[in-house]
Amino acid sequence: MNWKTFYAMLARDGHVARRNLFPMLLQNLLQPLLFVFIFGRVMTTSGIMRPEYKTLLLPGIMAISMVLSGIQAVAMPLITEFQFTREIEDRLLAPMEIGWLAVEKIVAGMIQALVAGLVVIPAGLLLMGSGVNLSFHQPFAFVAVCLLVAFFSAAGGLTLGCSVGQTQIGLMFSLVLAPMIMFGCAYYPWSVLKAFPVLQIAVLVNPLVYASEGLRGALAPQAPHMHMAVVLGALLLIDVALLAAGLNRFHRKAVS
Amino acid sequence: MGIGIRIEELRKVYDTPPPMAARGAGFSWGGARSGRKEKKKYEVQALDGISLEIHPGEVFGLLGPNGAGKTTTIAVLTTRVEPTSGRVFIGEHDVWKEQVKAKRLIGVVPQRPNLDFALTAREILLFHGAYFGQSARERERRTGELLEKFKLTDRADHMVRTFSGGMMQRLSIARAMMHDPEVLFLDEPSAGLDPQTRLLLWEIIRDYNRLGKTIVITTHYMEEADTLCDRLAIIDHGRIIAQGTPQDLKRSIPGGYLLRLRFDRVPDQLMAELQKLPGVTEVRSADRIAADVYADRGGPLIPAIVNAAQAAGADLHDVHIEEPSLETLFLHHTGRSLRD
Ligand SMILES: Nc1ncnc2c1ncn2[C@@H]1O[C@H](COP(=O)(O)OP(=O)(O)OP(=O)(O)O)[C@@H](O)[C@H]1O
Ligand SMILES: [Mg+2]
Repeated sequence: MNWKTFYAMLARDGHVARRNLFPMLLQNLLQPLLFVFIFGRVMTTSGIMRPEYKTLLLPGIMAISMVLSGIQAVAMPLITEFQFTREIEDRLLAPMEIGWLAVEKIVAGMIQALVAGLVVIPAGLLLMGSGVNLSFHQPFAFVAVCLLVAFFSAAGGLTLGCSVGQTQIGLMFSLVLAPMIMFGCAYYPWSVLKAFPVLQIAVLVNPLVYASEGLRGALAPQAPHMHMAVVLGALLLIDVALLAAGLNRFHRKAVS
Repeated sequence: MGIGIRIEELRKVYDTPPPMAARGAGFSWGGARSGRKEKKKYEVQALDGISLEIHPGEVFGLLGPNGAGKTTTIAVLTTRVEPTSGRVFIGEHDVWKEQVKAKRLIGVVPQRPNLDFALTAREILLFHGAYFGQSARERERRTGELLEKFKLTDRADHMVRTFSGGMMQRLSIARAMMHDPEVLFLDEPSAGLDPQTRLLLWEIIRDYNRLGKTIVITTHYMEEADTLCDRLAIIDHGRIIAQGTPQDLKRSIPGGYLLRLRFDRVPDQLMAELQKLPGVTEVRSADRIAADVYADRGGPLIPAIVNAAQAAGADLHDVHIEEPSLETLFLHHTGRSLRD
């Protein structure tokens, strides 16, 4: 393993990400924050939603923000770089096993996912006004969930980025990401789905469910949420599966 | 000093179309079921048992028509295409077993520029140096030198996507030399360069070779192969059909001169007459209106050919005399012109 090379590639991704910082933040944060404002402020103040909804919503928004950012931060550049111009080739030819290049992409994606997730907390508190009861009494659970979620987002981005062509990006959004967000238990806790038993089981394949429920469990333990052990176990499984799938896809894409 | 290359019985069968080519809509894994049928259909034997030895410190040329397998050969040597069978060595490293060690030794100029479009020209060189572990000071120095050498200094801080094709090509050669590799692969480096830049490139390649570096180059230009290369291999349909120094190869053409004749028709009697002319080593006629005559002389044969044609009752329409060249050689071995 060649740390100098690995670090140089991370620096390259950081450099490019910084150059696109503003459009990227806008792209990843605007929608969740609008949602926070409308549902967490307008709807609650007007009385359509109960004030407790604020606390329920914020961890879910944070989960969406992390997952979307992580996926896009890795998948979008990869799709371009694997186009027939093969922009990625200067890194494939660098003196390092190519698997580590995939790992580097994951690390870069995790960093962006964590940043995008963490800014939601202050922004959300600001936009929602008073009445948000976040608890920070479980720092270890919080950090663990954050890292595992950032990891599966980035690894998922790797898998998607190596499976989807440039022309299919729109399809990826409408076919994969949109249903994932809606059925991700971000806007409502998983327990409310008990009125829809089939759906309640079906959504369990959706990684975002564990992200939302995990963050809710860590930040708003008074709200209904899945048991933390279940969440961590599921996230770990998803991480391993997506890492394996992503590496496999990446190798096949990199070498013909 | 100097790193050689060994290629043993290399075969490559592509069983999927090139990435991104006409896959149709849908996800590539989602479409696996319908995709499998298509995969069966696509099968291209790009390399069909190539064995080669490239000596340390030589300039070696790969010559061949489109689709001959030149790019594929280079891609296998540079860890980008996995061979179906056979082995390749850079120095003593088996490329597909010790990829990282092999990658350290090589610089690659691909046929299509694969520059990092998210960066400027200067950043491309700086990051490339960093990938190869160069210190910041060394990176800066080499980047400045190479930008100067390839006349890119005034555009150094522009994004490369704004570059012209020739400028991209120059930058991609500069990048390949950035980490001072022992072996430099250049896949049609002078395609798209203006004549002046081409001369500059030849000079740069010669200089680099003088430092004891091994150079592998593919080209369609006879002149380039002739003047630049110490040895050549001619590839067609994934097989090596001839190899040696440009001089040796030219000498191997029967006679050396090639007279391409066109008649209104070529009766058997005419073929026999041509065969009997002094200095003629071989006569070929693919269709019944043209004949290729290999001989040790050119112009002096014309009167005799005219006579022979008259005697056989055929009209001579056109004569083209080619001096000994790699072009003739190629024609001799493949029956096709290199430009076809
Ligand atoms: N990535 C790929 N996937 C599938 N088939 C390929 C791929 N690359 C090349 N081929 C096929 O392999 C054969 C050899 O191609 P190659 O690019 O090696 O030829 P070449 O000698 O470099 O030709 P040219 O002079 O046009 O560059 C061709 O038939 C081509 O269609
Ligand atoms: Mg080629």
